[in-house]
Amino acid sequence: MSKYAFFLGCIMPLRYPGIESASREVFKSLGVELVDMQGASCCPAPGVMRSFDQTYWMAVAARNLAIAEKMGVEGVVTICNGCFDTLFEVAHKLNHDPDQRKKINKILKDATGMEYNGTVHVRHFVELLYRDVGVEAIRAKVKAGKNMKAAVHYGCHFLKPSNIKKIDDSERPHVFDDIVEAAGMTSVVYKDKGMCCGAGGGVRARTPDVALKMTAENLKNMTAAGVDVIVDCCPFCHLQYDVGQVQLKEYKIPVLHLSQLLGLAFGLEREKLGLEVHQTKVNLPT
Amino acid sequence: MAEAKEPNPEFTRKVIDAGGKTVNLCFQCGTCTGSCPSGRQTAFRVRKVVRRAQLGFEEDVLPSEDLWLCTTCYTCYERCPRGVEIVDIIMALRNMAVRKGYMAESHRKVAELISKTGHLVSLRDEDKVLRKKLGLHDVPPTVFAHAQALEEVKKIAALCGFDKLVATGGKS
Repeated sequence: MSKYAFFLGCIMPLRYPGIESASREVFKSLGVELVDMQGASCCPAPGVMRSFDQTYWMAVAARNLAIAEKMGVEGVVTICNGCFDTLFEVAHKLNHDPDQRKKINKILKDATGMEYNGTVHVRHFVELLYRDVGVEAIRAKVKAGKNMKAAVHYGCHFLKPSNIKKIDDSERPHVFDDIVEAAGMTSVVYKDKGMCCGAGGGVRARTPDVALKMTAENLKNMTAAGVDVIVDCCPFCHLQYDVGQVQLKEYKIPVLHLSQLLGLAFGLEREKLGLEVHQTKVNLPT
Repeated sequence: MAEAKEPNPEFTRKVIDAGGKTVNLCFQCGTCTGSCPSGRQTAFRVRKVVRRAQLGFEEDVLPSEDLWLCTTCYTCYERCPRGVEIVDIIMALRNMAVRKGYMAESHRKVAELISKTGHLVSLRDEDKVLRKKLGLHDVPPTVFAHAQALEEVKKIAALCGFDKLVATGGKS
């Protein structure tokens, strides 16, 4: 059984804890042990917090990375694009820029006594599922597959910037679709698939109406393709689609995080998925 | 006749030093603007932001609302034929803007939340109830459960002057 530090972030544990319980169950059944990171904090968010102060952003991220380094695990895994972007990008910057690393480690040491050593491998759960667990192992676990038409939403910070993340083609990706299809669903093509949900970069906090216009454009395109469900791999996109549809009033497409979708497909009890807190009701075709 | 503004290379240098090191590679083709999901909905033109940074037009770019309409989706960054790291330029400009006091109150409040609690989202009683029901610890094992850990995060904020930024919104 491989062992990873489980980075929780903010939105999942506090607004959609069903994604957390589903992730824990799904990874356990696939032979990946998730270990809690005691005392971790916000990643901090790559759009909004990085916009304010990049030194603070890097130092807090370095603290989270240093906690994972001390745990004797194979790496740190997150189920959130935002957390992934911050942890991956900051690790990358500190690994490739000795001056920056020195500066950040000075702050980190003064504040915590810890240092970032550059030994932790940052993983996004979709990438870990695809590369390490494998599509076939996932298919083998499916007991209650639903043949629904899924709008797969990659979000922005899972694959991009692709020059450093090197996971999949950012224009024509397939890794996430492959997993959704292994779970028994059909990943449909829709117009402008790959477009931002609208929430990132502090736009949702500052100009929510602009964020919602981008969400609406995605929802219009998904509806035109006749989808039954939106599948995301990021709690912030998840929140934007879930709450956004209630604000827009004209759409009612259920929103599932991939962990919840796999939980359903693996035959997990629905009570473990926390679907009742979703604002857009999760009525799935039978 | 309109008078042409003089470029200010000093400001451009500041943008480069703050992380926008590829700013001078831009040749203004507009692939970025054509790819921008936010620009489809608004008058935000990312190409213009880059041009203003290139020319050092500090007074045009730092107070601008446009600077805050980027969702950091990286589509422009991926497609740029010159390899301009556009998101990094925007981040450098935003960091400079907030230090000049151009920080929206909604953003200052978000920053205050992380500064005080170590998280961007609050822990409410109803969250604890739901977490318990799902078989999770009612309080996540993060800074919420470890007072000493929160002190460490607060110390980082003090060392970076982030606590002051949050208190004043960058206004001196």
